[in-house]
Amino acid sequence: MQTQPPTLTAKGLKFQSIGPVDLAVAAGGCLALVGPSGAGKSLTLKMIADLVPHDGDCFIDGTAASSMPAPRWRSQVRYVSSEPGWWAPSVAGHFADPKTQADAMKRLFLDASLLSAAPDRLSTGERQRMAFLRAIEDRPKVLLLDEPTSALDPASVTAVEEIVRELMAAGAAIVLTSHDPEQVERLADEVLTLKKATEMAP
Amino acid sequence: MNGLAFGPFELALAAGLVLVNATLSLIADLGIHRSILIASARMVAQLLLVGFVLGYIFTSADHWLSLLVIAAMLCAATFEVGSRQRSRLAGPWHYGLSGIAVSSGTVLVAGFALLTVADSADWTAPRIVIPIVGIILGSAMSASSVALNTMFGGVSAERAAIEAQLSLGRSRAQAMKPLMQRAIYAGTLPVLNQMAGAGVITLPGIMSGQILAGANPLTAAQSQIFLMLLLCAASTASVVAAVWLAARSLSDERDRLRLDRLQGR
Repeated sequence: MQTQPPTLTAKGLKFQSIGPVDLAVAAGGCLALVGPSGAGKSLTLKMIADLVPHDGDCFIDGTAASSMPAPRWRSQVRYVSSEPGWWAPSVAGHFADPKTQADAMKRLFLDASLLSAAPDRLSTGERQRMAFLRAIEDRPKVLLLDEPTSALDPASVTAVEEIVRELMAAGAAIVLTSHDPEQVERLADEVLTLKKATEMAP
Repeated sequence: MNGLAFGPFELALAAGLVLVNATLSLIADLGIHRSILIASARMVAQLLLVGFVLGYIFTSADHWLSLLVIAAMLCAATFEVGSRQRSRLAGPWHYGLSGIAVSSGTVLVAGFALLTVADSADWTAPRIVIPIVGIILGSAMSASSVALNTMFGGVSAERAAIEAQLSLGRSRAQAMKPLMQRAIYAGTLPVLNQMAGAGVITLPGIMSGQILAGANPLTAAQSQIFLMLLLCAASTASVVAAVWLAARSLSDERDRLRLDRLQGR
């Protein structure tokens, strides 16, 4: 594979005792953030998505996050939480066009009837898969996946990873956190180890 | 008009009722006699004091003095609204926000009310200004207190839902809308209930007062209608201001949720 110019770069991301973190991911690439709990893996993803205040800046194809309104940044750089939130009364209400989800739902072993259910009627694993589908509905350029399969059985893990690889093949850049070294092995072509902050904030 | 007046004799009789209650509580070991007696004594002292002070202000007819009283009332209401919140914004802005919310609805609506009566009475007279501001302020105060409680108390529980929407590229206004709507509803509920129950479930205070003071019931009803509509307007204005300011304070210009600005549980 020839080297592509990076789609996403982050320079000097720092929040309290976490960071500074520098990273770069090319289109079609996957960078895994690993490290012990509390090393700031989720927080780093949230800094990239500009969901928490931080020092440093991120760039997509050379354009700085700080140079555009945050909603526009986040519609290209999509953070997918490991504990997704829900706001509409039905699952379908969280999608721009729920009708287009039928095929993807079938691939992830999700029954079509889940769309009309209330989010809190779903199992944790069902919610995690639906939140993944919700996040990729508009095909963002960058996906920040925070423990994307933490609540899933092996068959669903394989199915989610398959879709992730398809998105990469279509040009998406991925930043992944995972506690599963084998998943990192399977998906990532680069690994960044975050160390636990030695000095705690006062 | 031959209205009722309550002299020392009637007040003593009413106090007797409370004493009977306290005695019953003592006999039956209900444990409420202390709080009943203290609350009653406090209320008597407060109202008599206010009666004296207002009497003095009304006869002095000094506009500066009534402005001072109104300012003191606004400050007291601001403190009530702010200190009533279990989770609150860090720093003095918490009270700034409470003060703006309470004052905006009150000043706007009280100003309107005073101008509408400007033809029939000297609207700057303390005996008109102070009661009107007071009654409107009370309503704005309880409404914004409830609304802020819903915002500050609810935002932590709604965190995941709000951040999920922000992650998908929605603005803070869109992401916080469900919470804001809930807070506005909660804040306006008391005045909505008050209007719904008016006359059917209870005779509202002003109307009862005027009837007892000898006014014709229809006239009394008209004053009550005027007042209720003002209370509704003031509550709504204060609630909207409170909720809008709270939503702005709990997020930032980069459309992030800022729970770090909240303290206390």
